[in-house]
Amino acid sequence: MRDLIDGIFLAAFGNAGIAALEDQARLPLADFGGGGLAFTTDSFVIDPVFFPGGDIGRLAVCGTVNDLVVGGARPVALSCSVILEEGLPLADLRRIAASMAAAAAEAGCRIVTGDTKVVPRGAADRIFVNTAGIGSIPQGRELAATRIRPGDALIVNSTLGLHGAAVMAARGDLGLATALESDCRPLGALVEALLDAAPGTHAIRDATRGGVATVLNEFADAAGVCCRIDEDRLPLTEAVRGLSEILGLDPLYLANEGLFVAAVPEPEAEAALAVLRPLPGGAAACRIGTVTGAPAGRVVMTSFFGGERLVDMLEGDQLPRIC
Amino acid sequence: MKYADEFRDPALAKKVLARIDETLARMPMPEGRPLHVMEVCGGHTHSIFRYGLQKLVPDSIEFVHGPGCPVCVLPMGRVDDCVTLAEHPGVIFTTFGDAMRVPGSRGSLLDAKARGADVRMVYSPLDALELARGNPDREVVFFALGFETTMPSTALTLLQAADEGIGNFSMLCQHITIIPTLKALLSDPHCLIDGFIGPGHVSMVIGNAGYRFIPERHGKPFVVAGFEPLDLLQSLWMVLAQLAGGRAAVENQYARVVPEDGNPAALRAIAEVYEDRESCDWRGLGAIDRSGVRIRAAYADLDAERRFGLVPADVADPEICQCGEVVRGRLKPFQCRAFGRECTPATPLGALMVSSEGACAAYHQYGATDGATDRGASDRSATDRGAPARG
Repeated sequence: MRDLIDGIFLAAFGNAGIAALEDQARLPLADFGGGGLAFTTDSFVIDPVFFPGGDIGRLAVCGTVNDLVVGGARPVALSCSVILEEGLPLADLRRIAASMAAAAAEAGCRIVTGDTKVVPRGAADRIFVNTAGIGSIPQGRELAATRIRPGDALIVNSTLGLHGAAVMAARGDLGLATALESDCRPLGALVEALLDAAPGTHAIRDATRGGVATVLNEFADAAGVCCRIDEDRLPLTEAVRGLSEILGLDPLYLANEGLFVAAVPEPEAEAALAVLRPLPGGAAACRIGTVTGAPAGRVVMTSFFGGERLVDMLEGDQLPRIC
Repeated sequence: MKYADEFRDPALAKKVLARIDETLARMPMPEGRPLHVMEVCGGHTHSIFRYGLQKLVPDSIEFVHGPGCPVCVLPMGRVDDCVTLAEHPGVIFTTFGDAMRVPGSRGSLLDAKARGADVRMVYSPLDALELARGNPDREVVFFALGFETTMPSTALTLLQAADEGIGNFSMLCQHITIIPTLKALLSDPHCLIDGFIGPGHVSMVIGNAGYRFIPERHGKPFVVAGFEPLDLLQSLWMVLAQLAGGRAAVENQYARVVPEDGNPAALRAIAEVYEDRESCDWRGLGAIDRSGVRIRAAYADLDAERRFGLVPADVADPEICQCGEVVRGRLKPFQCRAFGRECTPATPLGALMVSSEGACAAYHQYGATDGATDRGASDRSATDRGAPARG
């Protein structure tokens, strides 16, 4: 076990915090600003473990980092707990640890503490990862879905559904050859740029499981407003559109791992888009709709065809249609 | 996207809608009610909701959502049969995704999976056959569900299994046929349907001749349609044009896919593998004579019913359910006493609330956006159901 920890995780994550090998990581208070702490945790299970555009390690870092940054926090430190199924090739574990370290560096934070358990074959599916993260919130930042107001512009930084579609295609049981890649990336740089250009931004959420539709419903619910979006403004790649058509899925509900939805006051919306577009992961940034007052708590989409429909919360997973 | 966007052109839609208006103005209308046009197929119901077509067409036209979603008419007893097989030791039970959530009297296949049964979603019957090849020590059962649309692929899979002598593969056959059900609907003296938008995918297999009794005996127009919004609007206009001209015929709007005589190779495979059942149960509609098929005795080894000595379960629909009234077009989904209360997408009682093609799930998900502009919403408040679109 010590070999596993030293040889793989310490080698990959190497930093003063973790190398001390105490029972806890110790972080100087100076690492945190005066605005407050953000703290979050998430567990990751995914099939396949390696997929185009990422792997469970990158996902586990980006997922937790993004939960911090969409609250306006700057990530400082992460924990990493893994549950390994007996027999997982060490080469796979090494690859996952390296990928976590790279993603953490990309996000500007360190993995400072962790834990490893090995369970008998069949008691886990290859590898489960839990990451927790803490970040500092600069003074004056108050992002919250309850602050969203009628008139806000709804913007996204990227095209919809890349992660969900890529993972589905990578499972291989579709027999489809696609060039789909997950959008799995840390969103810190994009969020910082957005908040610089649009300091009045009311709320940001990353649209992971349940997709953009779920975030919009959470916005509408929390603020008692209506999120109105236009189908013909939704940014979609041809590959995601194609896969969705074939399987009868709705890209609004597909998972993303590098996409946020932000509610930005109208006067700041153009400036926000202008700073996002030159950044990696921001090229497709666009406005998808507007917040209005009624019907409160609902998401309404105008189809490119002119009709209107409700975009509801999804019950369970999307199931492909029979014909 | 090529071959899809062309059929979603809003400018063309405006032109078709103008023709619909113009045709409506010069045709006789039923007294005291809107014109009822039934789209038979669940795929059409899905498109109508997804593109908001009901709101685009004039108020004097109402789409009636027909029985053509195989998941929605799946009886509870048959779900119980699936669960029985899935819980049989050593069985890998495979199914199309949207059948997994349909409730039986002992829960759904998803519930059986949660209890430990090995239930797997596949995208094609060939995937199930591949699982059988890869797991020679397990029994792999495929749930062959659907209208004539899916019959050719299941028949060919079964023939391939027979050919290769794969000994651990079988199918539970729940194939149903649309024409006997249309006959049953039309023989109802209370039937208030003025014209039909016919199923495109089924017709691609069986051709158009089988529908001729509808105009000939019942005097109703029947237009076989594609699934894109322009397909549906054009088909609606073709139905209206027949009514305006005082004629009734089978017409084919979906000629780019549907050959007049269907697909002979597919029909041969179907005839080789399947024969009529005397009677078949439909959720909400009850038993309908010769409305389904079973696997022929020559392939008894590959028939899960025979192989596992299955005694088909006979379970009545829950008493509160009014699925039958909805499938017959007598009730709108939101007029059902269970809609949005006992029956929601999270806790479906009837299968119409399960499948994304089911009229009730579609109403729930894509329902009205405001009372002023949508008939659905005003009807809803009239029945004092509160706000059912969020469960």
